[in-house]
Amino acid sequence: MSHSQQSGYIVCPHCDALYVQHTPEFGERAVCTRCRTVLIAPRRNAFIRILALSVTNLILVIAALFLPFLQISRAGFHNETSVMDAVLAFSDGPLFVLSLAVGALIVLVPMMRMLLTLYVLGPMVAGRAPARGAAKAFRLFEALKPWSMAEIFVLGCGVALVKVAALAQVHLGSAFWMMGVLVIVVLLQDNMMCRWSVWNALEKRS
Amino acid sequence: MSDHSDIPSARSRGMLACTRCGAVWPIAAEGTDCDRCGHTLHSRDTKSLQKVWAWWIAGVMAYIPANLEPMLKTRTLVMESESTIVEGAFDLIHHGDIPVALIILIASVGIPVAKFGAIAYLAFSVNRQAKLSAHGRQHLYELVEYIGRWSMIDVFVVAILSALVQLNAAAQISPGPAALTFALSVIFTMLSAQSFDSRMIWDTDPAPNDPTKKDPHLERH
Repeated sequence: MSHSQQSGYIVCPHCDALYVQHTPEFGERAVCTRCRTVLIAPRRNAFIRILALSVTNLILVIAALFLPFLQISRAGFHNETSVMDAVLAFSDGPLFVLSLAVGALIVLVPMMRMLLTLYVLGPMVAGRAPARGAAKAFRLFEALKPWSMAEIFVLGCGVALVKVAALAQVHLGSAFWMMGVLVIVVLLQDNMMCRWSVWNALEKRS
Repeated sequence: MSDHSDIPSARSRGMLACTRCGAVWPIAAEGTDCDRCGHTLHSRDTKSLQKVWAWWIAGVMAYIPANLEPMLKTRTLVMESESTIVEGAFDLIHHGDIPVALIILIASVGIPVAKFGAIAYLAFSVNRQAKLSAHGRQHLYELVEYIGRWSMIDVFVVAILSALVQLNAAAQISPGPAALTFALSVIFTMLSAQSFDSRMIWDTDPAPNDPTKKDPHLERH
């Protein structure tokens, strides 16, 4: 058995308030009058901008992964570390599960979210029908959002820097700045993303 | 602030919305999968509170050893030391890095404890007369969801330090068991907050009398 979708309505996902749907213009937002949750916030050319930011993001993550982001020296000893080294910091001994978790939170999940946007929005920007499983892909993209922690990692670098300063001399590597830019790109992208518009487009074009 | 009791809930009009994609269905679709995105539809997630408490208890249980066991083991030519989260922050204060010590204390002690309290309060206040208005509780919930992830910062600091400070005899830092239990505590607490169905906050509000439906409020930005 299947039920038919009730078109013409929009429901606030946070407080279950029911409204007659009224699609805002570009730059306007539909806001739930009860709990102030933003329901619809369409932006002009949002899809193609999100795509461009995704590609930027992917390049930054991959480059930042292997380039050194912090270097230290003390008493003639030198060491430098990449994001990959930080992921593998727990890899020997009983804490290796933590290595997997850290790798997932700062590299795998952010990268996967970028690939998912390419998969979901790419065909639509090119004017074609959505790729197979695009709905599932977008659902996963949304579910992964809280687990993407690259920006927290960057702030963590800052804290680590201060902690180490007493122990040895520290220099920032190129990857540190790449991760910094990455944080801004992710923020811009989240700001641009309107969940309702994507679902609406997916439905209309499939 | 007005209580907006004139706004009907989808449930009171015989409809329900998918929490993932927002598609609106008749209430008879309860328990089936959303045709648009495949997410299971629930007007209210009735098992929500059980899940919240289960993850909450797991989070608190992991948080206790996270504070008792060492987070970092530091070894230099002259000394060898192990420090828990709080000891590490006090070391920083001794070095004069008070702002960073505050970040650590807030992120790894203040926020987790406040989060446990906030989630417990939200779960308790469902189906009860709460002191805080529905608006207040909704804001509290959004705050918990937004801030929860930031507690992970301490685990990342340990990972960075352990990878970076490997200078043979001169200085070496390695992670302690608390890194794992702390990470688990953060993850469990995030899952606890995510399990909470915030629509239940609003159900205690007076039932709507006026059947007229309103347009969503439009604003420029």
